[in-house]
Amino acid sequence: MKKIKQQINHPLDGLLRTDRIPHIWCPGCGIGTAFSSCLIAMRESGIDLQKTVMVSGIGCSGRGAGYVNLDSYHTTHGRAIPFATGMKLANPDLNMVVFSGDGDLFAIGGNHFIHAARRNVDLTIVCVNNFNYGMTGGQVAATTPYLSKTTTTPMGNPETPFNLPLLAYASGAVYVARWTILHTRELTESIKEALLKRGFSFIEVLAPCPVNYGRRNKEKPLETLKLYQEKTIIKNGANPTELDIDFENRVILGKFVDINRETCTEMYDKTCRPQDILTGEEAA
Amino acid sequence: MKPAVLTGEHFMTGDDACAEGALAAGCRFFAGYPITPATEVAEHMSARLPEVGGTFIQMEDEIAAMAAVIGASCAGVKSMTATSGPGFSLMMENIGLAICTETPCVIANVQRAGPSTGLPTQGAQGDMMQARWGSHGHYEIIALAPSSPQEIFYQTITAFNLSETYRLPVLLMTDEIVGHLSERIIIPEEKEIKTVSRPKPKGRKDRFKPFKPEKNYVAPMAIAGDGYNIHVTGLTHDEKGYPVMTVEAQDEMMARLMGKVQQNLHDIIRTEDYRLDDAEIAIVSYGVSARTSFAAVDEAREQGIKAGLLRLITVWPFPGDQIRRLAERVKGFVTVEINLGQIHLEVERHAAGKVPTFLVGHPGGTIIPPERVIEIIKEAF
Amino acid sequence: MTFWRVPLDAEEIQISRGIVHILEDRCKGCGYCIEFCPRDVLEFATKFNQKGYHPPTVKKPDECVNCHYCEILCPEFAIYSVEDTSEDSMEEH
Repeated sequence: MKKIKQQINHPLDGLLRTDRIPHIWCPGCGIGTAFSSCLIAMRESGIDLQKTVMVSGIGCSGRGAGYVNLDSYHTTHGRAIPFATGMKLANPDLNMVVFSGDGDLFAIGGNHFIHAARRNVDLTIVCVNNFNYGMTGGQVAATTPYLSKTTTTPMGNPETPFNLPLLAYASGAVYVARWTILHTRELTESIKEALLKRGFSFIEVLAPCPVNYGRRNKEKPLETLKLYQEKTIIKNGANPTELDIDFENRVILGKFVDINRETCTEMYDKTCRPQDILTGEEAA
Repeated sequence: MKPAVLTGEHFMTGDDACAEGALAAGCRFFAGYPITPATEVAEHMSARLPEVGGTFIQMEDEIAAMAAVIGASCAGVKSMTATSGPGFSLMMENIGLAICTETPCVIANVQRAGPSTGLPTQGAQGDMMQARWGSHGHYEIIALAPSSPQEIFYQTITAFNLSETYRLPVLLMTDEIVGHLSERIIIPEEKEIKTVSRPKPKGRKDRFKPFKPEKNYVAPMAIAGDGYNIHVTGLTHDEKGYPVMTVEAQDEMMARLMGKVQQNLHDIIRTEDYRLDDAEIAIVSYGVSARTSFAAVDEAREQGIKAGLLRLITVWPFPGDQIRRLAERVKGFVTVEINLGQIHLEVERHAAGKVPTFLVGHPGGTIIPPERVIEIIKEAF
Repeated sequence: MTFWRVPLDAEEIQISRGIVHILEDRCKGCGYCIEFCPRDVLEFATKFNQKGYHPPTVKKPDECVNCHYCEILCPEFAIYSVEDTSEDSMEEH
């Protein structure tokens, strides 16, 4: 296999497994941009990267963990969040980032999402929402818009999708935001805030899936980005109940929830650990 | 902090002994879900783990419990979970993940009668083949079968040691009968308990290959956060941990995964012989059924039948060699198990038609009484 | 650059300048950088890269203001800009 020669180094090459670049994502796929924003945010946030771990599930977004040059775990479908929970509880010093897709996190992984949010486990969830199951060819997902065409809804999707920020807010997430890959700087800032925030942070990133979703719904990748440019409006602090995605009218982006409450580890230590342990070595 | 090893004499159930054995082995993380008859392991751990500096969490389902156990183990902490039939089935996919990513962990299955919801409060041994092949794909696994609460204590420690040595999930196949039996158990001094931890990597961090086996066929394990920047995936992967989608990579990975057990059978397989030296009829059994079979052997000998017992402590890997050797000198085998013939199939296979093999089994709910074993022996021989 | 109303400190403000670097063999020809560069600096090259895509090429090198948008938008880690600190770039428009 002939090695592709790089003339110069990209600024993010230090955080990438460059021996695996170019990655497998399609031309125009939004995951690359979301992933890049995540890496920039990790670097700019100042967190200890040696103690930062990326966990992912199965799917195109799940492949992200394979490209970051940090400790990374590519787990089973839908189970990235409980895996990350176990890891965080075992070593609370680790910074856990879950980078996965809408199908992985909200269909098969839906139960785990709401419980981790309820518990307020200190995780940062970056969910790339491309409205379908891309890796397997473009099947309907819990986030697919009503009437959209997918391989398992050839006559149009008869179901209505989740409102992900509402779900996250209702489950108890302390930081909830939604951006698109076009709003790259806001996305990076959001991920940075989420990384530095104590507790369960959730960021939904809308991204094009040109080959599977886009092609079947007559949306070329640049057309999708134009929709992101023209049909979105930034409303920080908007009411999560009004955040349904409707590209015919408008899609609301922004930071919707940013509150503080005790994390899973804090509550466990306070409630379950014997007081003499807390006043002894662990209290410091 | 309270001590992890409660040295002394105790009167406790098998489930409680399992929890204490885990703590003595160094387990400091338990993620579980309530299920009869394993709930007590979780309850005991929920009380004891915080007082020894560990963490307990009841997850939302068994799938999450197994995922959390693997995550915690990857972060460097000895972890376990405990469940029964229905939960065991749910955990299978993630057990496969632990096998493929070579993550040490212990899963206790306090077996109850199945299939499906079955008899939740009554014991059986019907998950033995599932223990071997429950997850998809081909792999090697280690499964232990204790016969008493005291044995559960010791075998939980053995389970942790084997899982850490061989970087493999180890299944502790107990059952409701032994799990809910209260007996006297003796917990020794901490210094008498030998514990093993996963091999540590040496050398340059940037040159480290997370899945490159050493001489004993096991690769040292890098812990998350230690700066090794490893990638761990359930996809077929090479020694660096990178997914490689080729037939060669599959062959190589399978050789690594299978090799570490197959090349170390001498260390892993444990059995116990009872009056087997001159036996004409070899009873093969494990777990609670082995316990009742001891009485069957003695009773048979009283009646002039030269019976002996081969008790399997490790049921998987199965000691096929021992069966083959016994087949040369005994008149036949009798497998005693609370199911309709699972380990019996292995005995039959290894006996290879040299001598007849018989099963004393029933689908579950109670023990196999010694009288029943003798009855079958008399009918058969 | 033409101003609608010339700022009072127009004489002192330096407009940053950038040099675009393209890792051609990583590019998959999606066209995002070309479409969204605010200064219209890029266009598709006529050549093909190793994988058969048309990478971008800089058509207006003097227009780049080092905003890094191509760099952050690119899904492939195939393009980035660095500040142009050479003497001629220090002149304002």
